[in-house]
Amino acid sequence: MRRNLKKTGLYLMITITAVVVGYPLLWLFFAAFKENAEIFTSVGLLPKHFTLDGFVNGWKSTAAVPFSVFLGNSCKMVAPTVLLTAASSCLVAYGFSRFEFRGRKILMTLMLSTMMLPNTVIMIPRYILFNKFHWLNSYIPFYAMAALAVNPFFAYLLIQFFRGIPRDLDEAAYIDGAGKWQILARVILPLAKAPIVSVILFQAVWTWNDFFNPLLYIDRVKQYPVSLGLRLAIDADSVVNWNSIIAMSCVSLVPVVVLFLSLQKYFVQGIATTGIKS
Amino acid sequence: MHKKDKYLGYLYIAPWLIGFLVLTLYPFVVSLIYSFTEYDMFHIRFIGLQNYADIFTKDKTALDSLGKTLLYTAVSVPLKLLAALLVAMMLHKIRRGRALYYTVFYLPSILGSSVALAVLWKYVFKKDGLLNLLLGAIGISGANWLGDPKLVLYVMMLLPLWQMGAPMVLFLAALKNVPGDLQEAARIDGARPFQVFRRITLPMISPIIFFNCIMQTIEIIQIFTPAYLITKGGPVKQTYLYSLYLYDTAFRDMKIGYASALSWILFVIIISFTLAFFGLSGKWVFYGDER
Repeated sequence: MRRNLKKTGLYLMITITAVVVGYPLLWLFFAAFKENAEIFTSVGLLPKHFTLDGFVNGWKSTAAVPFSVFLGNSCKMVAPTVLLTAASSCLVAYGFSRFEFRGRKILMTLMLSTMMLPNTVIMIPRYILFNKFHWLNSYIPFYAMAALAVNPFFAYLLIQFFRGIPRDLDEAAYIDGAGKWQILARVILPLAKAPIVSVILFQAVWTWNDFFNPLLYIDRVKQYPVSLGLRLAIDADSVVNWNSIIAMSCVSLVPVVVLFLSLQKYFVQGIATTGIKS
Repeated sequence: MHKKDKYLGYLYIAPWLIGFLVLTLYPFVVSLIYSFTEYDMFHIRFIGLQNYADIFTKDKTALDSLGKTLLYTAVSVPLKLLAALLVAMMLHKIRRGRALYYTVFYLPSILGSSVALAVLWKYVFKKDGLLNLLLGAIGISGANWLGDPKLVLYVMMLLPLWQMGAPMVLFLAALKNVPGDLQEAARIDGARPFQVFRRITLPMISPIIFFNCIMQTIEIIQIFTPAYLITKGGPVKQTYLYSLYLYDTAFRDMKIGYASALSWILFVIIISFTLAFFGLSGKWVFYGDER
């Protein structure tokens, strides 16, 4: 009896917490289909008068650039960044986890410590550097940082996993005549599909959501990714067009939410691997 | 291992090595040099410690925003970790519907610092926004959450709290690793639930508490997007956090040298905190058999 009571209490508590956490997002989603006048006047979650006006008006956007351009730009920014991140972090992780070379430990420690290096202290010279390379107003800064594994989180995630793959497998392949490159391609990578998917998903979501780096590197409206495009909308009609802003906010969130809901376990494994061993 | 392998390793880590040298180490060193100069992207002049002296003696904005940022960090990090731990403990105890709850609690942190969340936050807390609408429905007239200079910084602390997903995932993974027989044995010996938590669970998950604490502090002390988008630093500069001031100084006023000095002050604060924390960790972080 007491046990049951305790259990009910626990479920009650977690449900209330979940409602508080989840309600704002649900509200945002449904508000996108509401008429403007209804959004801040009725408490109900479901729209009284279902309308797509928000999407239609928001899509045209106020900045003379349709929202589809921002979406396209975001894809151009995200897709190569993600692929380059996956490639570079696989190479680097293989190098650190399967080779002995002088200074390996020190370099590894350096890499891990850059995870804790605050971005604020390097962003200004980095910006000036990209400016000198004439890379501003393009997505090359994002590609370059991905290709050069500047965020060590991803390589680290893979190192943790590669270390767990038995070296016997490497040696068996080596006896069969495989070179180092083939061992990576034929033995390690096929076994490491799950963490590589984690890397891809995290980088995709982070780059898609990223506001600060585009704010620094891109100031031509035609090159704006979704994050900056949405900001334009907020600033432009701060007064009235709530439903179009909300609708476009939902559009910007949909890819991320869909990826998360369908591939949640990779998001969980990715975070859990990097935290547990350090 | 073959002899030529000695160099092959460098080849594989080359992407990171180049990136580290060019895009991390070089900017790191250069920003220290800039901090001793007056630099507007065109003319550079060496002025020694003048920037630092100005910041500490003349620049009220810098000290104010630093104070607000430290307060913001000191309150939101413990709150966020506490929330993450509590939610993880609840999730750890339940079976039915766990996947759904898990998703709900993890999702906000995946959405990260996206602009859409700034929109949501603004619409929830504005004067005639969702929260006051809900409060009004039960007869409470809510405050002007984002307009009241006394309230706004605390309202903004709720955002990281809402996004406690990442530390929550880590806590949950750590809780799963606590051996159940240890807790069971303590219970049989008559330990009360709180004692089991205090004496067994807490020490076992202390490495993760430590890790979360450091990573969250570094993240939150640099927080930029929410304040920049939701309140634009206002009202009356109450949410003008250090990173906003830094951004304005560097990229609006083009005072590169001065901004670099600001960034190095933040860096020194973060590094001292991290080192102090590592130093104290021996006292309370339990590393199992490793030590």
